[in-house]
Amino acid sequence: MKVSMFHLMPHRELPADFEQRYHSVWVDAPWWELADAERVGQYYNWTLDELTYAAGAGLDGLCVNEHHQNAYGFMPGPNLMGSALARATKDQDVAIVQMGATLPTTNPPTRVAEEYGMLDCISGGRLVAGMPLGSSMDANLCYGIPPIEHRDRYYEAHDLIMKAWQAEEMFAWNGKYYQLPMVNLWPRPIQKPHPPVWVPGTGSLSTWDFSAKNDHCYCFLSYFGNNLGQKVMDGFWEFVDAKGLEPNPYRAGFLQLVVVAESDAQAEKDYYEHIRYFYDKSLHIAPEFFAAPGYMDFRSLDNTYRKGYMDQITTVTQDMKEWNYQDFIDNQLVIGGSPSSVADQLEDAVKKLRVGNLMVLLQIGSMPHELTLKNIDLFGKEVLPKLRDIWDDEGWENHWWPEKLRGKRQLAGAATG
Amino acid sequence: MVTIQDRTLSLWSAQIQTRVKIAGQGPPLVFLHGAGGLDWDDFLDRLSENHTVYAPEHPGTTPGDPDAIKPLDDLWDLVLYYYELFDLLELESPVVVGHSFGGMVAAEIAATDPKRVSKLVLLSSIGLWRDDAPVKNWMSMAPEALVQEVFYEPEGPLAKRIFGLPEDPEERMTAQIQGIWNLGCTGKFTWPIPDKGLKKRLHRIQAPTLVIWGQQDGLVPSVYAQEFTDRISGAQSVLVDKAAHVPQLEQLETVSRVIQDFLKS
Repeated sequence: MKVSMFHLMPHRELPADFEQRYHSVWVDAPWWELADAERVGQYYNWTLDELTYAAGAGLDGLCVNEHHQNAYGFMPGPNLMGSALARATKDQDVAIVQMGATLPTTNPPTRVAEEYGMLDCISGGRLVAGMPLGSSMDANLCYGIPPIEHRDRYYEAHDLIMKAWQAEEMFAWNGKYYQLPMVNLWPRPIQKPHPPVWVPGTGSLSTWDFSAKNDHCYCFLSYFGNNLGQKVMDGFWEFVDAKGLEPNPYRAGFLQLVVVAESDAQAEKDYYEHIRYFYDKSLHIAPEFFAAPGYMDFRSLDNTYRKGYMDQITTVTQDMKEWNYQDFIDNQLVIGGSPSSVADQLEDAVKKLRVGNLMVLLQIGSMPHELTLKNIDLFGKEVLPKLRDIWDDEGWENHWWPEKLRGKRQLAGAATG
Repeated sequence: MVTIQDRTLSLWSAQIQTRVKIAGQGPPLVFLHGAGGLDWDDFLDRLSENHTVYAPEHPGTTPGDPDAIKPLDDLWDLVLYYYELFDLLELESPVVVGHSFGGMVAAEIAATDPKRVSKLVLLSSIGLWRDDAPVKNWMSMAPEALVQEVFYEPEGPLAKRIFGLPEDPEERMTAQIQGIWNLGCTGKFTWPIPDKGLKKRLHRIQAPTLVIWGQQDGLVPSVYAQEFTDRISGAQSVLVDKAAHVPQLEQLETVSRVIQDFLKS
C-alpha cells in the first residue's frame, strides 16, 4: 500500500459570509477583494512546509495539482511546487506525485514532458507523472480551450509526451492540434521507459478506457466520499475484468479527506469548522461553470444525466448544508476520529474500493498550519503503519510507483525527529 | 399550416448526414439557426409564405447523430461544407437569413464566395467584438441569467416556450442533454470569444444586406448592428423596439414585414 499526502493549497481565510456574498469560488472570485499577495506567500510556504513535514512523517508520496483563478486551491504551476519539494526531500525515499500539469492547457505539451523530465532528474527518479485532463473551469473558462475539443487535445498531448520521452530519434509531430517540426526532448526522465503515469478522473467511462488501454493508474478524485466512490470503483473493476487485465489494486488510486485527533470527540472539536469551510466555501462553485457545453462528450453527458449522477451530487450538496460533524463521518465524505478509528475506517474503505494507491487530504480548507502538522503527525505515526501491509498478502507489484521506492519506507517514529 | 418536409443530405465525403427542413414556395431562402439548435417556429412559417425555406441543422445538433460535428474542425471547413450543402440542394445563390450564431456563419458564407448569396439578412448576429460592449458568454451562464439577456420579456410566454422544458421526466432529460450538446457543437466555432476574424472579411460581401437587431438585446448589444452595417457595403439596419436577442419572434409582425419588403425590393 502506498499512501501520499495531497495538498490543494487553498485560501485559508475567506470571509465568513463568502458563499453569500460571492457568485463562485472559481473563475470569477475577485482576487483584489479576497486575497493579499503577502499572505498568499505565507500559504504557499505553509503548503511546502506541510508537504515536507509529511515526507518526514513517513508518507510515501507528496501530491500537488494545477488549478486556475480560484480560492479553492491555486497552484497554477504545480511543477514549481514539485521542484521545491523534490529538492527539499532529496535524501528521502518519497515520491513526487504531480497530479499534475494539465495536458491540454500546456502548449506545446512537450513542455510537460520537459518539466517532468527535469523533476525526475532533480528527484533522482522519484516522479509520478500525473496526466490530468483539467476541469472545465480551468481549461475552458480560464484557459480558453474549446470544450468540445478538450478531450481530443488531451489524447493527442498524451501521445506526444509518451513518444517524446521514449523516441531515440528526432521526429516531426504532425498532429491535429499540435505541429512540431523537430521533437528531440531534453532532458528526459531517469525512469525507463518512462515514469509511472496516473490519470485522475471523476468516473467517466472514456477515462477508464484510456487508462486501461495505456496501462496507466486510474485515480478517482471526488469529495463525495467512498460510499459514492464504491459505485464508481466497482464499475472500474468490472471494466478491468472485462478487458482481461489483472485486478492489481495498484492500478487504482483514490483520494480521501482524513482528520485524526487524540479521540473521536477531539477530532470533532478540532476539525469540524474546517470541514464546514471546505464544503461551504472552497467548493462554492457556480453550477454553470462545472461543465461548459461540449466538455462532456455526448455519451458521457447522456450517461451522467440518465444515471441521475447530477441529481445525486446536487442532493448531497443541498443536504450537506444541514450536516453536523457526525454526518460527514457517517456518509464517509470525511474519515475522521481517533487514530485507531481512522485506521479501521481507512482499511475498510481501501479494501472495499480495492485501491493500492491512497491519497489523503490532510490539510482541509481553513485548517491552520499548526493543526495541519498535528493531523499529519498523528496520521504518520499512528495510522499509516496500520495501512502499509494491506495488500501484501496478495503479492502484487506496484508498477505504478517509482521502481526505486517500491520497498517499504523504514522510518516509523522519525516523523517529528 | 405549412407542410414541413425533412430531407437528409449526405455531405463531406459522406461523413455528415445533414437533416434539412424544407417548406414553402417561391425563391430559395436558407435559414441558419442560432447556437441552441433549430426550432421550426412562426417566423419560419412567415418566411415560407413567399419563399422555399431550407433550414439545415448544424452538424451534431440532429437528435441521434451527435458525432456529425467531428469531421468539421474549424470555420473554414464549416463554410466549405455549406457550399457543398448549397450545391446538393441546387441552390446557386439563395437568400441567406442567419440568426445569432447562424448570422455569423451566413456572413462568412457571403464573404468567402460573394456569388453564392443573393441577399443576406443578419438577425442579432454574433461574429464581431468590441471591448466596450462585450458579447455575453452564453455558454457559461445559468439559464435564469441567460433568459434575462435573451428576451425583452423574460417572464413572458415566448421566453417560457423557448427556455421551458417538457413536463415528462424522460422528455425533459432528452431535451436538456440535446440542448447542452447543441451549444457545444456550435461553440466549437465560437469559443472562447466569438470573434474569428470576420471583421477582416465583411468588406467582401456583395449581397444586399439587411441587419436587424433588438434594441434591448442583452446578449449581443445593439451597437453591433452599426458595426455590421458600417463594414458591409450598402447594408441597411433596422432596430426593433421591445425586442432583445430574438427579435424575429419577439416582434414577429414587424420583423417579418421588414424582411419581406427587403426581399421584394
